[in-house]
Amino acid sequence: MTTNLIDLQYADVIMATSNMAENHPVGFQWVMKAKERGAKFIHVDPRFTRTSAAADLHVPIRSGTNIAFFGGLINYAIQRNLYFREYVVAYTNASFLIDPEFKTATDLGGLFTGFDPGKKTYDRSSWKYQLDGEGNPRRDPTLKDPSTVFQLMRRHYSRYTVEMVEKICGIPKAIFEECAKLFCGNSGPEKTGTITYALNLTQHTTGVENIRALCMLQLLLGNVGRPGGGVTALRGHANVQGATDLELLYHELPGYLPMPLRDAHPDLKTWLDRETPKGGFWVNRPKFMVSLLKAWYGAAATKDNDWGYDWLPKRASADAYSHQHIFVDMYNGIIKGFLALGQNPAVGGPNAKLARAAMQKLDWLVVKDIFVTETAEVWKAPGVDPKSVKTEVFFLPAAPAAEKDGSLTNTMRLIQWHEKAVTPPGEVTSDAEFVTSLASRLQKLYAGSKKPRDRGLLSASFTYGDNPKEPDMLLVLKEINGYATQEITDKDGKVVYKPGQALNTFAHMTDDGKTAGGCWIYTGVTVEGPDGKLVNKAASRKPADDKDYLGHGWGFAWPANRRILYNRASADLSGKPWSEKKKLIWWDPAAPGNEPDKKGKWVGLDVPDFNPFLAPDAKNGDKPFIMRTDLVGAFFGPLNDGPFPEHYEPMESPVRNLLSRQQSNPVAKVWKVPDQRNELAEVGSTKYPYVITTYRLTEHHLSGVMSRYLPMLAELHHSHFAEISHELAKELGIDNGDRVTVSTPRGKIFVKAMVTHRLKPFDLGGRKVHQIGIPWHWGYKGIEGLPGSRGDITNDLSATVGDPNVYIQETKAFLCNVQKGEV
Amino acid sequence: MARTLAMFTDTSLCIGCRACQVACKQWNELGQEVPEWTGTYQNHAHFTDKTFRLVRFIEEPKPQGQMAWLLMSDVCKHCADAGCLNACPTGAIERTAFGTVNINQDVCNGCRYCVSACPFGVVTFNHDTGTAHKCSFCNDRIHNGLGPACAKACPTESIQFGFRDDLVAKATKRVAALQAMGFKEAQLYGADSQGFLGGLNAFFLLLAKPATYNLPDNPQVPQRNVVRDSVFSLGSALLVGLGAIFAFRRRGEGKESDHA
Amino acid sequence: MSLSRRDFFKIGGATAAGVATGARGLDLAPVEAAATSLKIKEAQVFRSVCPYCAVGCGQLIYARDGKIIDIEGDPDTPHTLGRLCPKGAATIQLSNNPLRPIKPLYRAPGSDHWEEKPLEWMYEQVARRYYEAREKHFIEKERGKDGAEITVNRLEAIASLGSACADNEECYLLSKLNRTFGIVYHEHQARV
Repeated sequence: MTTNLIDLQYADVIMATSNMAENHPVGFQWVMKAKERGAKFIHVDPRFTRTSAAADLHVPIRSGTNIAFFGGLINYAIQRNLYFREYVVAYTNASFLIDPEFKTATDLGGLFTGFDPGKKTYDRSSWKYQLDGEGNPRRDPTLKDPSTVFQLMRRHYSRYTVEMVEKICGIPKAIFEECAKLFCGNSGPEKTGTITYALNLTQHTTGVENIRALCMLQLLLGNVGRPGGGVTALRGHANVQGATDLELLYHELPGYLPMPLRDAHPDLKTWLDRETPKGGFWVNRPKFMVSLLKAWYGAAATKDNDWGYDWLPKRASADAYSHQHIFVDMYNGIIKGFLALGQNPAVGGPNAKLARAAMQKLDWLVVKDIFVTETAEVWKAPGVDPKSVKTEVFFLPAAPAAEKDGSLTNTMRLIQWHEKAVTPPGEVTSDAEFVTSLASRLQKLYAGSKKPRDRGLLSASFTYGDNPKEPDMLLVLKEINGYATQEITDKDGKVVYKPGQALNTFAHMTDDGKTAGGCWIYTGVTVEGPDGKLVNKAASRKPADDKDYLGHGWGFAWPANRRILYNRASADLSGKPWSEKKKLIWWDPAAPGNEPDKKGKWVGLDVPDFNPFLAPDAKNGDKPFIMRTDLVGAFFGPLNDGPFPEHYEPMESPVRNLLSRQQSNPVAKVWKVPDQRNELAEVGSTKYPYVITTYRLTEHHLSGVMSRYLPMLAELHHSHFAEISHELAKELGIDNGDRVTVSTPRGKIFVKAMVTHRLKPFDLGGRKVHQIGIPWHWGYKGIEGLPGSRGDITNDLSATVGDPNVYIQETKAFLCNVQKGEV
Repeated sequence: MARTLAMFTDTSLCIGCRACQVACKQWNELGQEVPEWTGTYQNHAHFTDKTFRLVRFIEEPKPQGQMAWLLMSDVCKHCADAGCLNACPTGAIERTAFGTVNINQDVCNGCRYCVSACPFGVVTFNHDTGTAHKCSFCNDRIHNGLGPACAKACPTESIQFGFRDDLVAKATKRVAALQAMGFKEAQLYGADSQGFLGGLNAFFLLLAKPATYNLPDNPQVPQRNVVRDSVFSLGSALLVGLGAIFAFRRRGEGKESDHA
Repeated sequence: MSLSRRDFFKIGGATAAGVATGARGLDLAPVEAAATSLKIKEAQVFRSVCPYCAVGCGQLIYARDGKIIDIEGDPDTPHTLGRLCPKGAATIQLSNNPLRPIKPLYRAPGSDHWEEKPLEWMYEQVARRYYEAREKHFIEKERGKDGAEITVNRLEAIASLGSACADNEECYLLSKLNRTFGIVYHEHQARV
């Protein structure tokens, strides 16, 4: 998230599109505080949830229509001049001119220029700025030129009228107008609003464009980088942020460095050429990449061998290796061995039946978890004869956070250290111990190899501290932070860093091998104190106070302990806060500068996310979006499915797309899986007529490994259930508490019906569409005798389809049938 | 006597997360229970010997199609005029210096008069210990300067703990503010020390009539030492009959047998 | 100690809190004696972070004799103020739980049951499987789109999932091992 939970209290309006009260209850206290200060709170959700119960306005929305909703708000704000014009002109690409060849979906029937129907991809060559003679984008600050991003955006969203929103999303006109008035009405120098999101926006075949649409609305209203504003991404796992930063993801290396592709990046030179832009902060990418290679390969990484770049694996294709690719490829026999470490794909991923069938084909499976999960016992899933499963399974019991040292990065990018309180029982080990033990054994097996392909593995050190059995996590964090590999002196010959000394800032990283660092954005989390000892800032525990409401003394937020990203945007072009009420950082012309004879510095309530000495009137001194090549926020932002988000129906939908003849995302990924294991329902299917959405509950955690085995949590819900409206229940003769069968072309499950007023059918311009909801926490393992601990696997219903940018699945909106009884 | 301590549960701030319910269970080491199907998120249906904090989930569809979902964390009221305390023949139920009502487990003989004397169905009988159980405001914690576990965990400060007079003043302001915001039925329940049961030391701000939350409009304390009718009396009487036999058997003591 | 002082409730001057910071963790010992005993009074206190969602609530873990006896919110935490949700409030049962396996388990191909195995044996076997898969299926070089031979050092026979529940340091170590070993099927929960 760009912002900070504490800061939510200063919003004038908060729009939760996620189910925040249920999934992030403790963070939700800041919404309640904002309400106490007079803020309005809107909840946009297909269901009336515990979040809606706390809202001033509940906006019911048919699942899978988020872009129609956000597009409607963008259109509303533009048509009624509710956007923050000065911010938009100065800090975004609204005024930039686009190549005249480019046409939006309004002109091309739901597509953008360059679509190749055969390959189902876009040729994006016209999706670019017009450049002047010096190669800079041409601009029209009046925003009047029809080629400006602003005019293209206006035209693109002109179709997203209040009436259209009502027909697509099923939001009654009066409710949408009230919502639009409340949210868009709180824009400008004196007001800000924030929007929360979570998996409600991501788990769609338009997942990335959903989030872009949200971001565009926030830019349009001038809400990014300002107190009470921002994009509030609410993540679900304790360390999903950290695991992303440290890059347990197929497409990147730690610190958001692209994972090499065979054809695009065959060697370091091509990687550096392609991945180092001409402007923005990523011009420093070579320093971060070389420092990473030095951190991994140590002394073996030299300039002569391109710092060991060749040893890194090269991906064969960009369309490969994601979560969904894994289970299709495993089913197809490409993957032989599998490590599931703290993840339970037998329950937690899309098309879970396929995932289990795939795992039953493995030669071997290693599971490391706190409890024996469904994944670990995939060989005795219901209906499976263990004898038929030839997979060898190794289960290693894992230690929870309380039994080990380490750090977790929360949804605010805040890195917090936790202390080991007790020793794990029996032969329970931490994940770190497992990885280093495995690594050292593998290095032994390869010891003496002279093959170039083994050189990387043999060069990497997995020893941290004196005890190889218990790696010192602080030393691992120091390697992530980065350190000097040799003495580093300044231009006067003064020693800045001793060999091995932790780096204070990523600004000190170099591309000459003098620094090593595993994840540049974390630099500063460990520094050397005055006494020469390593200071672990993740463990710092200074409470917030009146002078520092953002609590900079508590933990360490990447990057550079900044709590609100892009905070240069909290000040106007001249460096003054847009308003006294909404001040965050500002230019103090009298403050001492970076050199003795210079004055002027960015100061305020947060660490500037900006060069602290770059004056507002200097070149680029008024460009807050430093991570972007063009230094401005992007309304026009090319992705694989378009430079502007466009509404498409989910891959399975009860209705035709009313906006265009393009039914679903034209470039979405649909996997072909043998044995009818990924069949899809047709548009408007009579066999599967109901929309289904899946979600989580406060009392459970994801695939349930950390909740279903805990009696205190497992007893809070009686058993697995589906939420069904009274209207649908009446049509189907279902009573509250009846067992029902929910089925899709992929599978069926038996659950209890919870008949509730909190779900209502949607009225789409006279057509009634029913939607049901099912939480997905349950599986076949749990506590004996406690019904709330076990249940059918909701993800057996979902499909293997994906967003074309990141391949996330569509588990928020698909089709199902509901029948009374166990059919 | 020290200033009276109290718990103010403001249901307008409750998000039904049940942190209170679990924090209570964790601190007081109350055991596992098998839940029943209530047709809503609520579990359990009633207070039990292992559930001292109970979040109630009440759906209130409005005529205009709008919805309200009333969420309320219920608890022992620690009544100023406490039926359970009045009914207790052994002196096991005592009023502490802070005004809370506490069951001394070492003294309780398991007679269950208190169970049927409670107008709120709070006091329950535990068959393992053969004694009556209920919320004590975390007696061990408050006597050591810590707030009750439920109030500490509550993410939205729906449960507030403090001196009763302070909390009543706060609650009075809050209810006026809510009424001004359009919550016409917003009302305090048990805040008035001149009102029923001499006021409750766990009092509530409700957004609808008490009956909507399964709370009696005008709860009365049974006459001292006489089990009188209440909504709970039938079930309680049955329990008294059955449970006391268990208690007698378990404890092997004669003193509680006179009503078995 | 500042951390629990905020937590303490002053009652008519009868109770005060003063707690000294230990070398590692914090001791609650100096809290004024009271008539009713408090189970956490003699405990060591450790600073922790809730392992459930990404709000990252500060937690205090109270342990005595190597056993966790209580886990509560840390009131000093600026963004959570000591509050917890039901999952956070139940954290103690992740550690103190009779269902927890504490020995490594092995399931042979086609078997219908688990066997307990020593940790060292498991590590040896797992390392052996990794080694064999790599030796058999490693792709060192292949031709690119334009036909030129490219060093790709890739292993497609092993996939790795997880975890958003692991610590930063653990995620980093796993990234380092997987990538230096050649693994490209390398994912965790952020993708789903």
